[in-house]
Amino acid sequence: MWHEGKIWPEASRVRVFMLVPGVEVPHLCVQCHDYPCVKACPSEALSISPETEAVIVDREKCTACGLCIEACPGDVPYIHPAEKYAVICDLCGGDPQCVKACSEGGWDALKLLKKSENYTYKVYAKTPEEITREVAVQLYGEVGEEVV
Amino acid sequence: MPGGYAGKFLEVDLTSRNVRDIKFSDEVLRQYLGGRGLATKVLWDRLGARWEEVDPLGPENILLMFTGPLTGYAPGARLCVSGKSPQSNGIVGSTIAGEFPVELKCAGYDGIIFTGKAENPVYLSVFDSDVEIKDASHIWGKDAKETLKVLVKEGREALAKSRPRRGVWKEPAAVYIGPAGERLVRVAAVVGKWAHAAGYGGYGAVMGSKNLKAVIAKGTGPLPEAADMEKAVEAAEAISRINLRYTHLRHWGTGYLGYDVGARLSAEPVKNWQEEWHDEKSYSADKFEPFWAKRFWGDFGCPVTCLKLAVIRSGPFKGAITDNPDYENQAYLGTNLGVFTAEGNIYLTALIDDLGLCGIQCGNVLGFAAELYEKGILTREDLGGIDLKWGDVEAFASLVRMIVERREIGDVLAEGTYRAALKISEMKSVDALKYAVVAKGIGIGAHGIRSGEDYPHHETYVCSVQGGDHTSPAYIPLDDDLSELTVALYDSGVVCWFNFFEEGTKDHIWGLIKAVTGWEITPEEWYGTSARRIIHTQRVALLLGGPDIRWDPKTHDDIPSKWYKPLKAGPYAGKAVDRKIIEEAKREYYEAIGWDENGVPKSEELRRLGLEEVDKKAEALRG
Ligand code: SF4
Ligand code: SF4
Ligand code: SF4
Repeated sequence: MWHEGKIWPEASRVRVFMLVPGVEVPHLCVQCHDYPCVKACPSEALSISPETEAVIVDREKCTACGLCIEACPGDVPYIHPAEKYAVICDLCGGDPQCVKACSEGGWDALKLLKKSENYTYKVYAKTPEEITREVAVQLYGEVGEEVV
Repeated sequence: MPGGYAGKFLEVDLTSRNVRDIKFSDEVLRQYLGGRGLATKVLWDRLGARWEEVDPLGPENILLMFTGPLTGYAPGARLCVSGKSPQSNGIVGSTIAGEFPVELKCAGYDGIIFTGKAENPVYLSVFDSDVEIKDASHIWGKDAKETLKVLVKEGREALAKSRPRRGVWKEPAAVYIGPAGERLVRVAAVVGKWAHAAGYGGYGAVMGSKNLKAVIAKGTGPLPEAADMEKAVEAAEAISRINLRYTHLRHWGTGYLGYDVGARLSAEPVKNWQEEWHDEKSYSADKFEPFWAKRFWGDFGCPVTCLKLAVIRSGPFKGAITDNPDYENQAYLGTNLGVFTAEGNIYLTALIDDLGLCGIQCGNVLGFAAELYEKGILTREDLGGIDLKWGDVEAFASLVRMIVERREIGDVLAEGTYRAALKISEMKSVDALKYAVVAKGIGIGAHGIRSGEDYPHHETYVCSVQGGDHTSPAYIPLDDDLSELTVALYDSGVVCWFNFFEEGTKDHIWGLIKAVTGWEITPEEWYGTSARRIIHTQRVALLLGGPDIRWDPKTHDDIPSKWYKPLKAGPYAGKAVDRKIIEEAKREYYEAIGWDENGVPKSEELRRLGLEEVDKKAEALRG
């Protein structure tokens, strides 16, 4: 992993949930236009990158209080497994490594686009449970309800 | 310490509920790597002296769940499950793909050794170094879907409680058994992710015999560091790049073979191997494709993604969910039962997944029962009223349930084809063994040898130390890509074989081993010493066998008697196996691998490899 220089699923800024087999849910920051997480932080640890508009965590200032997680409509941030700071996707400084890996893998599920003013990205900030339920019902029909 | 290892193993005594960490020396790890190799070493060291007396389903058996140094680094992660096999009475390295082995390593453990037997149903929870034996009475008896749902829920709740305010927890990974394993059905598998299984060997029954319903694991650490991370990533990416060029498995999984192996190669079990050819267009891959809710479903880090998610949304089989089905299930729960519809096959596969059975072993015994019914040896009354006709999906489903519940004839068939054949021969005063397609108590994989068109050789099932296991074929030359000695490397690595199918991939494995562990293991070292230690030890354990059954190479180093009869139909009609060729292949294999003319590893060979204890026990076999 680019940030850690190790293979470390529990410290990944893109966590893939599999609460139900076959329903793999990549979970990451969607960059809400109003950044509730930034507003909620009492320690001024979060800021918005002027270049990428991604949320930047100041590891020194972060107290790992978890208030940003509560404020996020998708429960996206989490506390790093070994250190005391919140983990949020920072778009790798503008060159997202996940997009590269995805295209090298031949999946092309991720693509780098310019942020549009016309979309409300916040609607995509959902909890893994919500997304799992939606996808499971799509994939499995009625059985999807039972297995979640 | 070598790279790629967490550096410790968990030993869990289920009887005393005692849990401790244990270590192996660097030398032992270098010799056996992990997975199948190390499992063989541990089993022999602990049980070898009294191997013949150990009941695979008794508390004295030990159950191993091992990763290897390459697990998580090589694309496609697998866990190796082993122990004394209740099918062969030998050692089988049985692997299952998924995230479990990665979670285990990230939690700081290279593997788990279970001994003894829990008083009541339990499951083991490994959360980093917090290891707990938990009550499982509420999930005992539950099928795969319910079991996994409860495990994920309880696991996440426990994680949230132990580290509050950390954010949302990703699920722990799990391996578990279904009702089949609980009832000590010898064709039961160790299962994961609904549709993944370590089937060969029958370790689902071993888990059941220990009252162990499941193991869940969550590791919050990084994967144990590689000796040279840059080179490790380079080698893994080289393997992935080659795999990406070959789109067959990615696009179709192995599911295009259900038609192909029969129609093109004449090597697929049809109606309990009475035929190996069919040309049923109703069974071609495009008939399965419409049921795929998801085409690309892969395990940790896998570019191959052989899995396809099959879902039936309407009709009598509505609600069935499984993967693919993959070729083995298409064959054994399809053509072998005279079932030639995608829906029927998906339904039966989903059923055995839910109940925790091995599709191959279960399909083998179902086909066996159906042929006995056809021949009038088993009557409708024997079968509890089931009219077990070829192609009748509901009839076979009913018989599956009888097996899992061990009801009436189900209790006999639950012992697997070989033991059932012995019992039925006795009950009916017939030779039922001639209908059994097994090798050393293990139902043979769905790749026949009569046409000579598929990959197995004459020696493959005759000499494999894992009996009928088509993923561990005895093969000459010994360093062939398909040889048992090569597979032992993958199973000890522990990696997924499907990531090493394509030409050129295997060349990178030596570099990957070096980059991850720091050890320069050459092909010469592997094929000349390491692999042989594993295979010879497995062979001696297999021949020692016991307590209920033993194998004599003179009788049992052989193919099923059916295969000496010619194929009846198709382009290879008339082809059969010549007994002389089998004898020749056998002799040649014994010679190449270092076994004497009776098929027992030679004393000087065992001593050369430092296996004195194995040699002492082998002496008795030499007679
Ligand atoms: S966890 Fe860190 S970033 Fe989040 S609100 Fe607390 S101090 Fe701010
Ligand atoms: S998705 Fe969550 S973490 Fe990302 S900007 Fe919105 S509130 Fe912040
Ligand atoms: S090839 Fe198939 S079984 Fe192997 S790791 Fe990939 S998806 Fe899993």
